[in-house]
Amino acid sequence: MSDVAADVVVIGAGIVGAACAWVLARDGVSVHVLESGVPGGGATAAGMGHLVLIDQPEAEYALTRYSRDLWLQLAPAIPPEGEFRRCGTIWLAAGEEEYEAARSKHAWYGEHGLRSELLDSAALAAAEPNLRAGLAAGLLVPDDAVIYAPWVTRWLLQRSGATVSFGAAAVAVDGSGVTLADGGRIVCGAVVCATGCGATAMFPDLPLRPRKGHLAITDRYPGFVRHQLAELGYLKSAHGESRESVAFNVQPRATGQVLLGSSRQFGDESPDVRWPVLSRMIRHATEFMPALAGLQVTRVWTGFRAASDDGLPLIGPYGDAENVVLATGHEGLGITTALATGELVAAHILGREPAIPAAPYLPSRFGVRVNA
Amino acid sequence: MPENIAVKVNGVAVLVAPGTSAAAAVILAGFAACRASVTGAPRAPLCGMGICFECRALVNGVAHTRTCQVTCQPGMVISTDAA
Amino acid sequence: MPREERCRILIVGVGPAGIAAACAAAEFDDSVAVLDDNPAPGGQIWRGEENPRIAQLRDSRARVFSGTRAIAPLGGGSFLAEKDGEPVLFHYEKLILATGARELFLPFPGWTLPGVTGAGGLQAMVQCGLPIAGKRVVVAGTGPLLVAVATHLRERGAMIEAIAEQAPRRCLLRFGAELWRAPGKIVQALGFEWTLRGVPRFTDAWPIAAHGENCVKAVLLETRRGARLFPCDDLACGFGLVPNVELAALAGCELHGGFVAVDEWQQTSLDGVLCAGEPTGIGGVDRSIVEGRIAGYAAAGRRDRARKLFAARRRLHAFSAVLTRCFALRDELRHLARADTIVCRCEDVPLRNATEHPTARSARLHARCGMGACQGRVCGPALDFMLGWTEPAGRARPPLYPVSMATLAAACEEEPTHV
Repeated sequence: MSDVAADVVVIGAGIVGAACAWVLARDGVSVHVLESGVPGGGATAAGMGHLVLIDQPEAEYALTRYSRDLWLQLAPAIPPEGEFRRCGTIWLAAGEEEYEAARSKHAWYGEHGLRSELLDSAALAAAEPNLRAGLAAGLLVPDDAVIYAPWVTRWLLQRSGATVSFGAAAVAVDGSGVTLADGGRIVCGAVVCATGCGATAMFPDLPLRPRKGHLAITDRYPGFVRHQLAELGYLKSAHGESRESVAFNVQPRATGQVLLGSSRQFGDESPDVRWPVLSRMIRHATEFMPALAGLQVTRVWTGFRAASDDGLPLIGPYGDAENVVLATGHEGLGITTALATGELVAAHILGREPAIPAAPYLPSRFGVRVNA
Repeated sequence: MPENIAVKVNGVAVLVAPGTSAAAAVILAGFAACRASVTGAPRAPLCGMGICFECRALVNGVAHTRTCQVTCQPGMVISTDAA
Repeated sequence: MPREERCRILIVGVGPAGIAAACAAAEFDDSVAVLDDNPAPGGQIWRGEENPRIAQLRDSRARVFSGTRAIAPLGGGSFLAEKDGEPVLFHYEKLILATGARELFLPFPGWTLPGVTGAGGLQAMVQCGLPIAGKRVVVAGTGPLLVAVATHLRERGAMIEAIAEQAPRRCLLRFGAELWRAPGKIVQALGFEWTLRGVPRFTDAWPIAAHGENCVKAVLLETRRGARLFPCDDLACGFGLVPNVELAALAGCELHGGFVAVDEWQQTSLDGVLCAGEPTGIGGVDRSIVEGRIAGYAAAGRRDRARKLFAARRRLHAFSAVLTRCFALRDELRHLARADTIVCRCEDVPLRNATEHPTARSARLHARCGMGACQGRVCGPALDFMLGWTEPAGRARPPLYPVSMATLAAACEEEPTHV
């Protein structure tokens, strides 16, 4: 490829890169996207597509609230193949301690103008008959939703009108552009790096680690589950540092298939299924939902979340290079926070005030430096 | 002489020879299709060997059973999407 | 706790290759187990049929686990299978993969109508009780299987309206001329010809469309003299065989040209994992039996016995090469489907949605092509042929077949090491 020019190059066409491309293009920027594989084929394809409000820490709350609102505004435009469903989340409280946690959350949400409903044991059973009896309570968050992220990624990319180079791998980034593996160069005003775990290939000092997860999807069982179900304990698993954990996380897909997560492992970079982890994830799930046991699983796969050292994403300039912008490290919230990430990236590049404070996500908080 | 086996397909009683598959029982009971595709088209077995999944039906309460891989047993209850 | 079975030699698949491997191994090893999804031994070609080799298997020391579906190798000499919705964990030292082949289905308008089946598929269904006497059947596609199936059906009272072979006439003549390599086949072929006397036979012929509302009523065949319509009750249509290499790929065996690479002892690229029969190269029953025996003897440590079969195997490999050349698929078959013809039956994906994508993975993620219960076994090989996609190993993911959550939950009872 001979030298090409664009205002902005976005490296990586996962949901975060696609969202960045879409927002920038909407704001009048000429965008060139580089994708070495299938758009939405990386961590995006290994996510659950859950658009979820997370209430802590504060910075995660701000980002997920902002992004969820953006998704809800975009929803009417998403075609059926994007499988947008405002099915809501029910956070499950297994016992009394979690019931207390659910009550406080419910109160807190009310104070912050967010809709939620506390379901006692009976109401929970009515809402989700396939859950086991005896769960203490559930916190229903009706404005949470799900999408089929790989398709939405491709849709955002097409909607952006950006030039996309498939099979193109960027090997180096500097102040004036991007160098490709085939020797070609794209001259641009700014570069956005949205390559997930791959960001450390280009910037080895980034505090990112791959966090492996397993998923399983079933044949079609319409009506088996109606809301995204997650245990309150999920929040500990996601934010914890433990080497290996599982949490109950189940989702109805528009097709009637049931999608099951989740597991987290550090230190295993093979895409192979780890049977002990998968088995444990499923056993744990059947404790919450015994009827899962009889469902037919048609596929099992793994993926890698880009996890930063403090659990918050890296959105903002890389070290001193104002025009090299990172958009990575989203751990399990890349799909939820993709749109907000796009807005923050665009705000930085176009020099305007972002809708939420950008400080908590700046890579500079880690003292990240440009390689000399 | 081994006795014929009584099964029900969509409520219709049929007697089949021992060794008859549930898929064949569906045809013998007069139904051309085992299932409806995701867009509602009638579908019947294609491969006859358990890999195409077009022959799926509800068999003795178990959904998504491949009827070509199941041999009829006395009292078996088969329901296709037509039911 | 899942049911556990231990053996020295585990054989997956009990068709001709698996039966041969089991009998050979069991001559010298008392710890041989065979597992297979089908209700009874025999694979596809001997489905529902009593056969001296099946009797030999029954009389051998090998333990046969029928109705047992292979789910995944778990590593460390463990193999997960499922029977009646319950897990069965096999522990083995040596593994022989004898997973056979399936028919290649090519899409064309109307191919999803009830009554359109595979060629071997229809024979299998008839073996399992499907009524065929008095039914009008058109047999189409390619390969010696067509004639064998048509004969089988006619013997059971079916009216064979036409046999349409896509290969050019000169290829069939060449195939006939090469039959001296397998003398037993000459007698068999003459028998078929006698049974099929009077049946309209076509070469350079293939289905253009199947017509009907809720089931097939007629087939339009392309022939050298133009398109001809054949009213029928069944269309039995198979375009050759696709090796079942998914388990080998899942286990990590190397593939060459879409087949499992094996050495002279039928050993794959993985130590202790052997492969015999169609997954190493399409070649029919005789080749499967010889390769199965070699694998069985080799796994049981009797290479001397295995070596005696090398000459027979060489001859059968030469015959396989003839088969492949004579029945190669012609280019016209890539273009039978129209833009609105369903190519992925599980998810009802039309061809136009699939052609937007350069790879099978892209089509799966974005068009749901191959995301259904058959896990791409039907649409995958068809689209590989039609669109030049190449990803046979990439399609291999666990589970090998749909499996209950309960079985996956029980696969590994031990708590994983964690902080």
